[in-house]
Amino acid sequence: MKSFSEIDTTVKRASKSIGFEWGVAEELGKNIRLLEMFGLPGLKNLNSYFKTYNQKKFQKINLISKKNNSIIPYCPVVAGTNFLDQVINLEIMDEINFENMAYPLLFLPFASRSTEIIGKRIFLNIDEKEFLLNFNQSIYSNYLGGDIIDYAKKINIKFVENKNTFDEKEWQELYKLSEGTFVEESEQLKNTSAGAGLTDND
Amino acid sequence: MEVQLRDPKEVMKLSRLGSFHQSKLSFLRSFLQEFKNWEYKRDLLDLDENGFGVVIYSFRKKNRIYSLICFANEINDKERSDRVIATKWDAAFTLFDGVPTKKDIERLKQNVPKQEVGRMSFKELTLSRANKSVRIFDYVIECLTKGNQPDKDKLAKVGYLYRTTAVYGSGKFGLADRFRIKNREEIYGPFRLEMMLVYLVRQFTFDQVNHIAKSKSPKKAVNLDPDISRNLGIGNSTGLGMAPFIVNHPLLLNNWIMARETALKQIREIKEVNKKDVDLIINCLKNSKKNIDNWTTESKYQILKINNLKKDLDLLIQYFLKKFNYKKEFSYNDLYSWAKNNLGDECLEFMVSVIMEPYEKITNPLIKTMSADEENFFTIPTEKTILDLRKILELRYSDILKIDFRQKENNQNFWFISKNKEEPRLANRFEDEGSDLEQPLAIARDICKLHERISNKKNSLKIGTFLMHNNDLRHVIRRAFITEKFPYAEIQDNTIGSKLMPIDMLRLKLSFFGAIKFDPRSDKWLRICMFQGAPLPTELTTSDDDWVYNSIN
Repeated sequence: MKSFSEIDTTVKRASKSIGFEWGVAEELGKNIRLLEMFGLPGLKNLNSYFKTYNQKKFQKINLISKKNNSIIPYCPVVAGTNFLDQVINLEIMDEINFENMAYPLLFLPFASRSTEIIGKRIFLNIDEKEFLLNFNQSIYSNYLGGDIIDYAKKINIKFVENKNTFDEKEWQELYKLSEGTFVEESEQLKNTSAGAGLTDND
Repeated sequence: MEVQLRDPKEVMKLSRLGSFHQSKLSFLRSFLQEFKNWEYKRDLLDLDENGFGVVIYSFRKKNRIYSLICFANEINDKERSDRVIATKWDAAFTLFDGVPTKKDIERLKQNVPKQEVGRMSFKELTLSRANKSVRIFDYVIECLTKGNQPDKDKLAKVGYLYRTTAVYGSGKFGLADRFRIKNREEIYGPFRLEMMLVYLVRQFTFDQVNHIAKSKSPKKAVNLDPDISRNLGIGNSTGLGMAPFIVNHPLLLNNWIMARETALKQIREIKEVNKKDVDLIINCLKNSKKNIDNWTTESKYQILKINNLKKDLDLLIQYFLKKFNYKKEFSYNDLYSWAKNNLGDECLEFMVSVIMEPYEKITNPLIKTMSADEENFFTIPTEKTILDLRKILELRYSDILKIDFRQKENNQNFWFISKNKEEPRLANRFEDEGSDLEQPLAIARDICKLHERISNKKNSLKIGTFLMHNNDLRHVIRRAFITEKFPYAEIQDNTIGSKLMPIDMLRLKLSFFGAIKFDPRSDKWLRICMFQGAPLPTELTTSDDDWVYNSIN
């Protein structure tokens, strides 16, 4: 088994070799390490992308907007890097779409790292595949295949507002149960147990 | 009184970093302190009469066990080389997480001696190899076989029986990634497992010579005297592989230097100095003169440094004996002011190390701050502006911005990775091929480029927007924002200039390891010694930390 450290270093070097700048190559090293750590086939997808990188044309998007369409497929690395760099401004759009992106799995870690910056989860669809990106701590998905995804017709990104997965009623029910660990305070305990002085205002 | 931390632009110059010495903060010393109460054991000694075979040592505490597995091999004298291009070594080692099974040992026997071309697994933590000292290994065996102890003076000139030529960790060649072990309390200090490996290898060298001598002459042979053993360490040959590490790990570098600088600051802030503590310092200084006299090298560069150190050390001792007034408040601060004006870099930094000796209360908490989670500061804060970046560059890199990279001599070298060994190398940009594959280690040059690039940009421009068309400088933009928070993260010098002495970069790192007797063999590689004078594993529990200055002959 290759260690994550080896994956990071080799991806960084390969990315520079294929033509990316050192700074972007560093991002890719960390990203593929992240995907592999989460059990997603990052290295396989990157390797496949790099085989076509210099043969085909890919759209290099700079400024990301709410709707991004291109006749030739977007480069997931350039799109991802700019998404990461611009995410603070993008967040207010609530939802962002890319149509036509090559190797969309390579975009995923950029979005995952973005959730850490904005402090919000992202719900991301790559066509019918769903990914919930949790503050760069985990990725929850209905996609368990370890295969190469060389193209996405549509990527939909939704910024998820910070809210609980339960309602107030469920919270109150559980809270009530937790009260079973509390001790009812007598007048004596009120005066002596909290550690306050003789008056409330000294 | 509050003393300011020393200015990074003073401390982080390569000539100064190349004058650092081991101290109480050094990793081999903090390793010994941490593991002194662990149970040490030699679990297996399976060597033939020539000393070839397998030996296993372990450190154990509660349920945690670390095992060093040593493979001693037969090689021809012609095959022995300290260079990284070597493919065979006298012995190869791996530190195993737990107790290895027979199956593990069999697997490792096939892989560990191959080093870089073998494969390790997540169960192995560190990997190394070492060569016998041709100068003294056979001589020691000859003496022991005849029932004699070897001549101490002869041993002192070398200082070790074996020399390691590389120590790998952190995921290299399939070894365990750092994230798997980083939360273990006992290894919360940089390179602690690498230190454990080297320390146990030292014991292996003694056990091997004793075993060979006993095999040759079962009745007559004697074991190497423990006092002599204690005064032998493990040598190390280090080339350029280490140099880029300190550039590639800015946060870690900051934390090492910050610990040292904080210790110095806190010592200078001591209001009432205790005579007992001063006596300890004076004692260490006096004893260290012997060590320095035994510090031999053929390097003119190092000989000059050692001579200056010897001369200045006399001045320093005289200052302590005649001028240092411990009854006066903040007398260490007076000492530092005097030393700064009267001592060269080599002795000034030696003094900084020695005055830490009585102050475990200061150094021990700092040891815990010397690791780093670099991932936490990897992402560039793109919401910041060009004004923010400009301020950082002009504040933190002001000396670097003065370097004119249009001058050939400032742009002479380039760093690259060799294809055959995947190791860093340095070459002349104007004479050698390969500069198109330069590694991103010319930080000073790229910082200057960045400063020039933003010169006509609006202050309010966001970094995220700037990056859209300037990703070629992304790697140094990342560094600048790290350096904003961590002032000692950056070497304040040119790492590609004609005057660069790469061994300064090596010495910086090795001093934090705790190495002594730096012996440059060229401007690009040097030999050192580790654990010389350190307690033997069986003595660890009762040992103290003052062995460093007391030890050598």
